[in-house]
Amino acid sequence: MEILNLEGTEDTPKIILDKKNGIFEISGRSLPEDSAEFYRPVLEWIEAYSAEPNPSTDFTLKLEYFNTASSKLILDVLSALEDIKGMKIVWYFHEDDEDMEEAGEEFSELVEIPFEFKTY
Amino acid sequence: MNFIYDLHRTMVSQKLILVFEGDFTQESTKSILSMAERNLDSSGEESSIKRKVFNVMVEALQNIVKHSSEQGTKAGSLVSQSAIFMISKDDNRYCVMTGNPIPKASVASLTKNLDQLNSLDKEGLKEMYKNIIKNTQISEKGGAGLGFVDMARKSGERLEFMFPEMDADHAFFCLKVNIPREKE
Repeated sequence: MEILNLEGTEDTPKIILDKKNGIFEISGRSLPEDSAEFYRPVLEWIEAYSAEPNPSTDFTLKLEYFNTASSKLILDVLSALEDIKGMKIVWYFHEDDEDMEEAGEEFSELVEIPFEFKTY
Repeated sequence: MNFIYDLHRTMVSQKLILVFEGDFTQESTKSILSMAERNLDSSGEESSIKRKVFNVMVEALQNIVKHSSEQGTKAGSLVSQSAIFMISKDDNRYCVMTGNPIPKASVASLTKNLDQLNSLDKEGLKEMYKNIIKNTQISEKGGAGLGFVDMARKSGERLEFMFPEMDADHAFFCLKVNIPREKE
């Protein structure tokens, strides 16, 4: 499968989706002007991956900030990951960022995927 | 040119640290955010407060970008795409304030939405957020319908608003979101 690799910018996150090396990560800031357009390739990549996933997948979300339009798309990403066997979300939050911790907890209540919480 | 001094005095008396007036785009949003961020950084503000202020600023600015474009520019009229964005800071709180023209027809539904948010406590807002995010689709304008709920959650205080009349068809939607500086 092709690697999806997007450099982060001041309003979009860094994204690496690499099946071969087992790296699945969205990190940084997400407040794009058009969140649906920005996340479309991510959702397409996940759809293709779900047809032939690795035996286990640790999908890392390490977001410093996301806006509400992105939060809807993050939920869409999580929903797309939901039916993949061996899926686990690793949700990172800065150790004093209670809002980001709570956001992760809320997402974990909205989808049926195990979440592991880590601080940085 | 008295207005220069008047405006300066107003900014000082209202403790405004940033004012932007004009057309709002994603590009101007990014510039405003980075200016405000530098200001918050250099003042040594606590990071949890900084994040909340940043969060409210983004939602407030993107609301303007998405919704002020509904207004056409009418020559000779008060109504244009231009809007205003301000931040003030005193010992107790930051205030993120916006003003933008809206059709009068929208006043009733906005008032209803904001009154409803103001009637909810922390748990109520959380439930509302989860309900909307589960059931919403991203609108053509790119919004998830979550902006006000998120601002209310980050603020922890009532959203203040009013709608002064501009002309027969338009009102100026003024919104003030307070972010307390003391920890809960």
